Amino acid sequence: MKPPAREITFTLNGRPRSVEVPLTLSALELLRDVLGLTGTKYACGEGECGACTILVDDRSLCSCLLFAVDLDGRAVTTIEGIAADDASEPLIQAFVNAGAVQCGFCTPGLVVQARHFLAHHANADRAAIKRALEGNLCRCTGYQKIIDAVAERVAALHERGEEKDARSRS
Amino acid sequence: MRGPDPEPVAGPAPRTIEGASLIGQRISKLDAPDKASGRARYIHDLNLPGQLHAKIRRSDRLHARIVSIDTSRAAALPGVHVILTAQDIPQRGLGVNKDNPALKGEKVRSLRDEIAAVAAETPEIAAAAARLIEVQYEDLPAITDAAAARAPGAPLLHDNKPGNLALTFDYEHGDVALGERESDFVVEDTFRLHYVTHCCMGVSGMIAEFQPNGRLLLYSNTQVPFLHKREFAEILEMDPGDIRIIQPPIGGGFGSKLDIYPFEPICVFLARAARRPVKLVYTREEEFIASPTRQPVILTLRSGCRKDGTLTFRTCTTLHDNGAYTSWGATTPFVMMQTISSLYRLPHCRYHTDAVYTNNPYAGSFRGYGNLQATFAVEQHMDRLAEAAGMDPLSFRLKNAQDPGETSLAGLHFRTCGLKDCLRTAAERSEFPVRHRRAAAARNDGSRVKRGVGMASMLHVGGGAKIYPSDGCGTILKLDDFGRVTVMTGASEIGQGSETVIAQLVCEELGLPMSAVTVVNNDTDITPWDVGVHASRTTFIAGNAAIGAARLAREKILRAAARLAKSDVDSLDLHAGNIIRKNDGEIVMPFAKLLRALHFSEQADLVMTSFYYEPPSKHQDKTFKGDVSAAYAWATQVIEVEVDTDTGMVRLLKVTAAHDVGRVLNRLGIEGQIEGGIVMGQGYAVTEDLVIENGVCRNPAFRDYKLVTAPEIPEMDISFIETMDGEGPQGAKGVGEAPAICVAAAVANAIYNATGVRICALPYTPERVYRALHAAGAG
Repeated sequence: MKPPAREITFTLNGRPRSVEVPLTLSALELLRDVLGLTGTKYACGEGECGACTILVDDRSLCSCLLFAVDLDGRAVTTIEGIAADDASEPLIQAFVNAGAVQCGFCTPGLVVQARHFLAHHANADRAAIKRALEGNLCRCTGYQKIIDAVAERVAALHERGEEKDARSRS
Repeated sequence: MRGPDPEPVAGPAPRTIEGASLIGQRISKLDAPDKASGRARYIHDLNLPGQLHAKIRRSDRLHARIVSIDTSRAAALPGVHVILTAQDIPQRGLGVNKDNPALKGEKVRSLRDEIAAVAAETPEIAAAAARLIEVQYEDLPAITDAAAARAPGAPLLHDNKPGNLALTFDYEHGDVALGERESDFVVEDTFRLHYVTHCCMGVSGMIAEFQPNGRLLLYSNTQVPFLHKREFAEILEMDPGDIRIIQPPIGGGFGSKLDIYPFEPICVFLARAARRPVKLVYTREEEFIASPTRQPVILTLRSGCRKDGTLTFRTCTTLHDNGAYTSWGATTPFVMMQTISSLYRLPHCRYHTDAVYTNNPYAGSFRGYGNLQATFAVEQHMDRLAEAAGMDPLSFRLKNAQDPGETSLAGLHFRTCGLKDCLRTAAERSEFPVRHRRAAAARNDGSRVKRGVGMASMLHVGGGAKIYPSDGCGTILKLDDFGRVTVMTGASEIGQGSETVIAQLVCEELGLPMSAVTVVNNDTDITPWDVGVHASRTTFIAGNAAIGAARLAREKILRAAARLAKSDVDSLDLHAGNIIRKNDGEIVMPFAKLLRALHFSEQADLVMTSFYYEPPSKHQDKTFKGDVSAAYAWATQVIEVEVDTDTGMVRLLKVTAAHDVGRVLNRLGIEGQIEGGIVMGQGYAVTEDLVIENGVCRNPAFRDYKLVTAPEIPEMDISFIETMDGEGPQGAKGVGEAPAICVAAAVANAIYNATGVRICALPYTPERVYRALHAAGAG
């Protein structure tokens, strides 16, 4: 018996997308298992670790806690969208340069979260950065170098006097 | 067995150009760009055509005879392909004692026990089918307390293991009775160490596929691919040569993937029966319930010293709750005894341990391998004895610390030993003596929030660990005609950065930029043998193997260049992708051009070399005496804490760490290892607690199992003590486990410094600390 499903239309990484989704499917499962966007990770399935973080209408959310049907009409950005966006290249490079990546499983979620944070808090201090990353668990790095990576971006945005348009340039 | 040339690993390569060395630089990980942009494909991200999904049906009884298993309802579910129970597979035990059959047929001994497994079209169907399997049990009396398991008349978990004894170790040097008679001060405590678990962000998983030619292809997260080939072959009754293991990027290891666990052969047996690829991936809850833990230990330590602070003896007994089956946890005493016997100069020592079967979860290997537990006890006793002798913790440790060149009475030979430098550096940078005195004096000042500093040191293997017949690693180097180098190494990358360090060492020898190297490290059909990622050995062992292969290539290239350029070999060098003249740095020819010339010449030759490095360590004798590692890592950490006496909350403010790492190879990588290790140690000390009540895991979720998060990390000040180990690659020693080892001990000493209360059980949760402070009247 086919489970009840619904057709949804949303913007995925800047492109319109229509797909029929079972009502019980999570956004995480839709992205990973149906659409093949495996950069978004499953690590807990209950919104505790942040590995599945995506942007939905400019909010950072755990995709494991969202129903896929609730993406209908929204704009969704995943790590794949961020990686393909030239404006985010410095952020990804900052993670690489700072040594913020070890096993790397939590990293896409952290990059998405950092991207979102930088867009809204371009003047943040270190304590604010730490608070912004609180919902993302990392077992390898001890967080120090992840915080360094984000702090480097904050400093760079500052230096170039880009606070005003930081929203679109993080 | 050594490679053809015993010398090439002995020291840094000659360098003629100032500032050209890669050693000690901050080099970002080769795999970081893919990982940071979501392109790295972990096992969870891979799917094979025709793949089925597997689910395991686990026991819901602690200890019971299996009366019947009815799979008929599950089998009738559309989409189910195969259901296996114990009667469908050979009953061979897995693990150290071969006591853990992949599927349990006669009885179950813990809640995680695997009874049946399903392969189906989707994970949902497999899970639904697993639930439909009906199991009838006949309950048996359960034991969930290690001491009770040893009592006469206790029910037996395994019929062939009288007294429920899984494994026992004894170690002795000197005469502890004599040592005690010579003591002016003696202290004794019983320390209780809890369950914690690895919490790799990537959950466990495997994909098994029998290829058309009958060979088995495993996509596996194992840390020991070559050992696993043999183990899988035994279980599957196959030729090990017919097994190929590919390791996709691994979402964290920390020792958790050092043993073979039931889910792995189960996945293979399902694939064999279904004649389809089968993928088995845990849920996070399953990961908590069914993965190995760190070894819980009850440790009684009795230690003594003379009035002048000289250590006299140490007697230690430990009781390890082995759980229902025996994995590596039961063998952690092998490492614990090194700390107990040899962290300081000690004339008399005796150690006895029992690992006993219970119906609890079983423990595996976990970064530090018993050393967190041993160090927690030994380093608290160092503080207690120092206080008894009227000495400060630093002077007391310095008095008993060993020097380079010493051999401990356990036979560990410390060719390099930076402990005294670690102690002095950490103490100086943290202002330990003054802060320690000040905090002790302020203990009774009536303030609610108290501060204190604690110090702890550690000793761990830093040059491999000879526990298997070989502790070696092979490297194959292939240079193409464009000057690109492919390094095929047996060493596995689990996030720690070995891939990058190996590439760096090769580039250093060949005078090439990092961009010229590709590392192949994840396919047993291609890579040469290696014993696995464990014991902080990879940089040391695989690094030496890589250097060996690179030096052979270097020699071959320089000889060919000398021939072509009609000059003397000794006058040439490799630098920045060129063959250069040593005396003036003049470019003779580009590296790639030489390789092409060689390749296309009349005596065509490709530059390929291989090297196998086996460290000069030995197997310990039957009494556990001898030199188990080619080098030893040392560290001291000073930790400042804040204790809220009203709430029992302990906060780590600052960790000042000094590590004898031999030499820094990749500064970025080694900082990352130490920071990550410190925070993992912080979790062990303060927040993490896998609650096992009567055999039941009560908190199998991140919601209730508290990992440290970004705002909670302490300030970290890290110093490197470079002792330039003669046997190490460019002088380096292993560092992977060291930073996690002494955190809990230093926190314990810091809490005592702040409050005057010594708490001998972990973790230091608010409830435990509050109760301890109030029981002692210090709250």
